[in-house]
Amino acid sequence: MAYVKFDTPGKGVLVDLTKCVGCGSCSLACKLWNDLGHDDEVPDQGPDAKLSDKNWTAVKFFALEKDNEPVYRFVKNQCLHCQHPACESACFSRAFQRTENGPVVYYPHLCVGCRYCMLACPFDVPKFQWDKSFPLVTKCQMCSSRVDKGEAPACVGVCPTNVMTYGDRDELLAMARKTIESDDKYIKHIYGEHEAGGTNWLYISDIPFEKLGFRTDVTTRPIQEYSHEFLKYTPPVIVAWGGLLSAMYVYTKRRKEVAGKDKKDVPM
Amino acid sequence: MEAQSSKWVFRMTPIRFLLLILAGVAAALAVYRLVVGLGATTNLNDHWPWGLWIGFDVLTGVALAGGGYSVALIAHILHIEKFNVIARSAMLTSLLGYLLVMIGLFLDIGQWFNFWRPFVSWGYHSVLFEVFWCVSLYTTVQVLEFGEIGTEKVAKSWHRLFAKAMPFLLIVGVLLPTLHQSSLGALYLTQVGKLHPLWWSPYIGLFFLMSSFFVGPAMVTVETSLAGRAWKHWVDVKIIRSLQRIGVTVMLMYLILKIWDLFARDAMQYVFAGGLESTMFLIEMGLGVIIPIIIFFIPWGKTRAGLITAGALVALGVIINRMNVVIVGMIGYSGAGYIPSAIEILVTVGLVAGGALAYCFICDNFRILDHQEEQHKVAQ
Ligand code: SF4
Ligand code: SF4
Repeated sequence: MAYVKFDTPGKGVLVDLTKCVGCGSCSLACKLWNDLGHDDEVPDQGPDAKLSDKNWTAVKFFALEKDNEPVYRFVKNQCLHCQHPACESACFSRAFQRTENGPVVYYPHLCVGCRYCMLACPFDVPKFQWDKSFPLVTKCQMCSSRVDKGEAPACVGVCPTNVMTYGDRDELLAMARKTIESDDKYIKHIYGEHEAGGTNWLYISDIPFEKLGFRTDVTTRPIQEYSHEFLKYTPPVIVAWGGLLSAMYVYTKRRKEVAGKDKKDVPM
Repeated sequence: MEAQSSKWVFRMTPIRFLLLILAGVAAALAVYRLVVGLGATTNLNDHWPWGLWIGFDVLTGVALAGGGYSVALIAHILHIEKFNVIARSAMLTSLLGYLLVMIGLFLDIGQWFNFWRPFVSWGYHSVLFEVFWCVSLYTTVQVLEFGEIGTEKVAKSWHRLFAKAMPFLLIVGVLLPTLHQSSLGALYLTQVGKLHPLWWSPYIGLFFLMSSFFVGPAMVTVETSLAGRAWKHWVDVKIIRSLQRIGVTVMLMYLILKIWDLFARDAMQYVFAGGLESTMFLIEMGLGVIIPIIIFFIPWGKTRAGLITAGALVALGVIINRMNVVIVGMIGYSGAGYIPSAIEILVTVGLVAGGALAYCFICDNFRILDHQEEQHKVAQ
């Protein structure tokens, strides 16, 4: 149950984590394209890299072990652009809307700043401008203006090792499946295929996702459905309960009047 | 009582003076917060987007103010007349409670000048949308309901009109809280896998609704005892007890449902698992539900002191429950902790103080506690 049902899953990006060398170009390109500032306290790359209001994407370094050998992996994070976005269903003023082409776009002028979207997002993506007087929520917009023109997002284009492939989500899924099936080194899991009901950014990896900071316990049922499950009872409850209340009001009042006639001095 | 005269009175006592100072400090801090923003004044951050103001001022405030709707339902819709003596003060507390909730919400939103946006940009698929509409409408309804009391003293010519509108207002005024008390809990449905299983449940909406209902009689008990002391207006113990009987019945159902739900979701294992979550859960259920039920059934529960104690425990239990949902139950997922800043705490304290002052002022000037005859007229 999205606001608008789209026929196509839209565009997406497939990220092959085995190819990333952690150069940080994507993050820089994102900052340039979206005119984001820099924050010394919250790095956008390295072991402590984090998403923030200024880092719409961040490349986090992981030092791990594989077959008793030390290995390094670099994970680019950003909004996953859910097919059934929790933020969209959480926002009570429609500041988040999933578009036909796939990106989930945030419209600042509609935002009230209640931060329920931050709570609702199963991937903890939306961030808040805590240091502003009139703060907004921020997150990767999948460069929706570029996507609308048929261009790949800014970060995708600059990657020197082709970690990211931009295209139709269903084609990317097929490609991802082929890759992980034809090469044993890959974990047999396409992150984003089912998570939270499916996302438009997909990941494949040779290291288990939970070791790379991914949340693997997230429900495969779209978060939207949990709210919908509850809200669908609202109209019947209004009608039934409202009717019952009115009926009880009239009935008990009438009963009291009748009783009052019989026995004028009823103690109350 | 001064209430009958048309002069305005406000007796100053040391306690009221203290409340006035607290409210004044909070007002100044609130203005400061609106100017400099949330990051500078609260301990909220990206890990803790919702804290004390949502948890206490809004979620808890709305539940505690629930006394209005459960008592309105019992006294005015079911026409159980013996409860009329407490109906007005219960509904007044509720009105003030909601006004405080509105202020709390307003302070908590980042784009506060944009607060009206959801009225025109309909995010109707959001549970928060239901909360927002219901709380705004209900506060309006309560202000109108108060109009019936207010016009006894000012703008008297409007009184008949307000009295005429009461049945409709009362019905809407019970309907709306039923909706948003449950949707406040349902806000946390999106926290599947985040909120600790002791609190996350597909029935969290129902749990919020039931607890907001039974905390009503409990709050009324506590409040009438306080008012009794201040205005020498003692409500008969029998009335309080039969009101609490209704609360205890719902509380028993709540307890059974809660246990069933824990078994059904295989979450019983967490109850005695030790650690912060299970301790807080046991305190919440033990102090707030089980002990009050026991008190009610032992002889002490027939005395004023016993009933007041039970009522206070129930109210405390609901406060702990809401804070558990907003804070304790989220610590495990977030991995971080959250302690409200001094400003957050002072503003919350000041809001409550302001509410208490307003209650005193209205009781001094309108017929809230001493109004039997009027109540009979309206209720007929
Ligand atoms: S913070 Fe803004 S975008 Fe997020 S749910 Fe609230 S109004 Fe919507
Ligand atoms: S898609 Fe655009 S906004 Fe998102 S991370 Fe890439 S460059 Fe930044």
